[in-house]
Amino acid sequence: MADEQPAITLYRLQACPYCERVVRTLDDQGLAYQSRFVEPMHSDRNVVKRVSGKRSVPAIVDDNTGVTMSESANIVEYLENTYGEGA
Amino acid sequence: MVDFDVVDLPDHDAPATGDTAPDFTRPLVNDEFWEDASLSDLTDDGPVLLVFHTMAGAFPATYVWNELRDRGVPEDVQAVGVSISSPYEHKAFLEERDVDARLFSDPAADVAADYDLEHDLDGMAGVTEHRPAVFLLDEERTVQYRWVAAEWPDFPDYEELADALAGL
Repeated sequence: MADEQPAITLYRLQACPYCERVVRTLDDQGLAYQSRFVEPMHSDRNVVKRVSGKRSVPAIVDDNTGVTMSESANIVEYLENTYGEGA
Repeated sequence: MVDFDVVDLPDHDAPATGDTAPDFTRPLVNDEFWEDASLSDLTDDGPVLLVFHTMAGAFPATYVWNELRDRGVPEDVQAVGVSISSPYEHKAFLEERDVDARLFSDPAADVAADYDLEHDLDGMAGVTEHRPAVFLLDEERTVQYRWVAAEWPDFPDYEELADALAGL
């Protein structure tokens, strides 16, 4: 919310294994991120739809690169390619 | 009002006018999501009306937010609540009451302890919540106006609060 807000925002659902998979990757890469929790009902996820085009979580917004992305496999691949050792 | 004495609440040492309100970080719930936020993040953006209230579902929470909503207070100042309700309950509350505010979730009532406003609920074993209170804070988190419940239940003096808001 303030000036020190991390560049990466993760839209997530509590206890969602796909979201935890992304969290593990973020932690592995040592990346700071801000978690925004939404509710299980898809119809209650307009904010995710607004930022990513669909209501699925996880979704990330990376202000470092301007990238917004859904689907945990895609996100993990993106994070590793962008911030991993080979990047 | 009722024709008997209502229950008095004990003395307290909550931050008074001129004091700096303790900072804290808790999930802050809006009508779409929640994320960790600090009180100081909010005051950095401008004055804040910090409202301690009962858990969602108890009528004092409903009354205080209905009143603030109907008086247009959230349009004049960042209005944020604090209670022990979960983020899910807070979100449902904002939706049901159509309140344009954000609510901190403090289930363990640690913020209440920091403000010396813990209220142990009789008949609900192990449940401590926030004693109803209102703090109007400026950009430095300095208390400009304070109201703390003296009785159970008790409600803010909305006229006094309006005057304090006008004086910002």
